[in-house]
Amino acid sequence: MAYDRFSTITSPAVPLPIENVDTDQIIPARFLKAVERKGFGDNLFRDWRYNADGSPKTDFVLNNPKYSGKILVGGKNFGSGSSREHAAWAIYDYGFRVVVSSFFADIFKGNALNNGLLPVVVEPAFLEKIFSTIEVNPAATFTVNLQEQTFTNDTTGESVRFEINPYKKHCLQNGLDDIDFLVEMKDEIAAFEAR
Amino acid sequence: MQKTLFDKIWDAHVVKQVEGGPDVLYIDRHLIHEVTSPVAFLGLKTRGLKVFRPDKTTATPDHNVPTVDQHLSIKDELSRHQVEMLKKNCDEHGIVYHGLGSEGHGVVHIIGPEMGLTQPGMTIVCGDSHTSTHGAFGAIAFGIGTSEVEMVLASQCIMQPKPKKMRITVNGKLGKGVTAKDIALYIISKISTSGGTGHFIEYAGSAITSLSMEGRMTLCNLSIESGARGGMIAPDETTFNYMKGRKYVPQGSDWDKALAKWKELKSDENAVFDTEYTFDASDIEPMITYGTNPGMGMGITKTIPSTDGMEGTDKVTFEKSLRYMGYAPGEKMAGKAIDFVFLGSCTNGRIEDFREFARFVKGKKKAPNVTAWLVPGSKQVENQIRAEGLVEILEDAGFELRQPGCSACLAMNDDKIPAGKYSVSTSNRNFEGRQGPGARTLLASPITAAAAAVTGVITDPRELL
Repeated sequence: MAYDRFSTITSPAVPLPIENVDTDQIIPARFLKAVERKGFGDNLFRDWRYNADGSPKTDFVLNNPKYSGKILVGGKNFGSGSSREHAAWAIYDYGFRVVVSSFFADIFKGNALNNGLLPVVVEPAFLEKIFSTIEVNPAATFTVNLQEQTFTNDTTGESVRFEINPYKKHCLQNGLDDIDFLVEMKDEIAAFEAR
Repeated sequence: MQKTLFDKIWDAHVVKQVEGGPDVLYIDRHLIHEVTSPVAFLGLKTRGLKVFRPDKTTATPDHNVPTVDQHLSIKDELSRHQVEMLKKNCDEHGIVYHGLGSEGHGVVHIIGPEMGLTQPGMTIVCGDSHTSTHGAFGAIAFGIGTSEVEMVLASQCIMQPKPKKMRITVNGKLGKGVTAKDIALYIISKISTSGGTGHFIEYAGSAITSLSMEGRMTLCNLSIESGARGGMIAPDETTFNYMKGRKYVPQGSDWDKALAKWKELKSDENAVFDTEYTFDASDIEPMITYGTNPGMGMGITKTIPSTDGMEGTDKVTFEKSLRYMGYAPGEKMAGKAIDFVFLGSCTNGRIEDFREFARFVKGKKKAPNVTAWLVPGSKQVENQIRAEGLVEILEDAGFELRQPGCSACLAMNDDKIPAGKYSVSTSNRNFEGRQGPGARTLLASPITAAAAAVTGVITDPRELL
């Protein structure tokens, strides 16, 4: 699918200091009835974000005007649970381009990478510092440089390197996906089948 | 070099290794359902592509279907549209579709093994994390996202980095009233919901090989709840006996040839795993969860852990979870009142689960405060329940049988547990709101669910066996 080419992002970050944020929280199953991929951002974190009557829960971070930005920071084991790609779509559609955590669930990580959403893994101690920086100053910015594979806390100047495999990096930087690659390989695949 | 079972199957399916990237992995069997496939078909259309190997994909609607009055048109407009869209996409691309009410209908992970679509040595994927179920047959089976569904439709391949290997050995004999579900919840409570991340699990040991195929499927099904990509068990006589004669399984001399190949499928004696765990079956009690992830489980006689020693986001997360559940540290789970019981799902919706539940409630009565939803995993399971006379036993005890589907496991259809209510569920996830907004889920085995259903409170099933 087409998504924006990823370059460098400098932005404030939205903190979600909860562990095991599962895909049912990111996008509850009852919102998976669509047959097209649009509008999922409206229901991102639906049950944490809204009361049953549809009114916003004022204590939830997305409803707090102090916090905004293209970077979502979550506790460890972010994206656990179901394989629903709708979770990555919802986060992207809401406007995030980066999710930072000390640990991601595998399927979520793959889905994010396939949709132009960059998962950045940092050490637990660094993650705690990100949370405390935002707590002191919600407008504090962070810089994600995909080319250099660095994540910088602009307030403290601390910068860490994150891992991403070179193929996926190339895809993100160029807005490419795996399907183009695989379709080009059809003869090789047919030859494999004939073995 | 000594190879694990996982290595052997994975390596035999690598079409190409991408430099600095993932492997291009060939997929033998692709299962699709109504929820995670429509956007993939839309993607094909946008790119002007056809399905590359339609005979390797099988479809059924399960996540979103009602479990009553399936002969009528689906009332919910969005659900109906999604199901119709699946049928339309399958017709257009020549994919076999098992519609509502047909003999082949059911939860994808139940019908695959039932029809013999699931076979040892295969690579199997589906846009559903519980695809790990099929690993019970000695296959590499795992859940994928919709982009990957589109990849498989377009090329019969996906691109995946090869995971690490983990072996979990459970030795010894299971106690009375302890099932495969309890083994799984016990393991996850020990290694946590992220302990398996980045790994593919092979289960081994005498407690595992003594399980039936149904039990093995339950165990492999829950592999994903430890964060692992999947779980598998080397095929053996139990596997072959289950498979023989099923619709899509090789027949006659082809069976003999396949069997000879399948018997080779096991880890070499000195194969090295990246991570190993060993547990003793006699340490495992009937399990129940008390929190909002499947790792928050304990033996049914135990008390909810205290927060002593926890700090930071660990503590915040634990407290948030107990607050949602309406429980406190140190409390006993046994004796707590419940409101709903759900028997079903790809975890515990197979015939053996219904047999165990029926055997347990036979001659007893459902507690008046409990609403019970008994949802077979497939039409075939439903037929078998009827053929074996289990319906009469269940009805005499005050239970009724619904029709197949995923139902209250994820509550996409009308089978939603109301806010604040407690549900003892044989399904796989106790996440906040999983069974409906505000619903509180307690994961357990079919026997433990049956015990709660007849007493109306959380009950150690061993007291009633």
